[in-house]
Amino acid sequence: MYKWLWRHLRGPAWARVLLLSVAVIAVLVVCFLWVFPAVAPLMPFNSTTVGGG
Amino acid sequence: MSAARSVRGGVAAPKDLRGGQPGRLGLSVAGVVGELMITVGMLLLAFVVWQLWWTDVEGNRAQAAIVAQLDWAPVPAPGAAVVTPPPVAAHRHDASPPMAEPAHAVTFATLFVPRWGPDYQRPVSQGTDRATVLDALGIGHYAGTAMPGDVGNFALSGHRTTYGKPFNRVAELVVGDPVVVRTADAWFVYRVTSTEIVRPTDVQVIAPAPDDPAAVPTQRSITLTTCNPMFSARERFIVHGVLDYWLPTADGFPAEITGGA
Repeated sequence: MYKWLWRHLRGPAWARVLLLSVAVIAVLVVCFLWVFPAVAPLMPFNSTTVGGG
Repeated sequence: MSAARSVRGGVAAPKDLRGGQPGRLGLSVAGVVGELMITVGMLLLAFVVWQLWWTDVEGNRAQAAIVAQLDWAPVPAPGAAVVTPPPVAAHRHDASPPMAEPAHAVTFATLFVPRWGPDYQRPVSQGTDRATVLDALGIGHYAGTAMPGDVGNFALSGHRTTYGKPFNRVAELVVGDPVVVRTADAWFVYRVTSTEIVRPTDVQVIAPAPDDPAAVPTQRSITLTTCNPMFSARERFIVHGVLDYWLPTADGFPAEITGGA
């Protein structure tokens, strides 16, 4: 999968590494800002209230 | 490896098992599956980093900003109290002016716990749902329970881990420790009377009279609830306290938080 991605990117190796790094950071940013906050309440830990929660 | 060897050594081993199309396909499928699993593993690791570290960074920043926004008179540092001595505040034990419950998610008080450090001051907001109060604003006030200083039970909930972890050091509290609530108009100095560990369904801990849920309350109580053990939702750690005294904010600062007691 990643080999396929590497083959299909153009440019010198450093440019491909740079591009992939940017992509990885973008994925992490999306996760930190939107995905993880949306998933966190579904996790079975971290309840602090009695009764309803 | 040994399996592959025995196949190779077998008399009827078809040639395409060694590098023919079907074998290649199997290998590349295994490769993709492996890479996907590594990717999922990295994402799970990122989630743990987010939950254990980033929510604290955001939570501490947000809660400090909320306290700053309240714009209440700063607490004098222990040394500064000597230069300009605040008027010796008379401890009041009478009924404090009643306070109406604010709208949901409105910050109406701050909490000081000297045991958790001289700089500990966290906002207290109305409501206890996670998305709008506990994760976003810090400590939450159970709707329908007493307000600070009222006869009844001023019940609060907060995270013990993550999201700024306002109740992180809850297990360090000992009987007699001051728990100080500040509102716009008054200081309320509670003292810890007991701690207990209960099941999440044990709602009597936030009843108006937690000792005897059926009784009509006579004491001005405070109760903190948080998770127990840490990083688990199995139980709840509960701290009970009773009001020692209150004083109007205009009369100065309680000695408990200025280092005088």
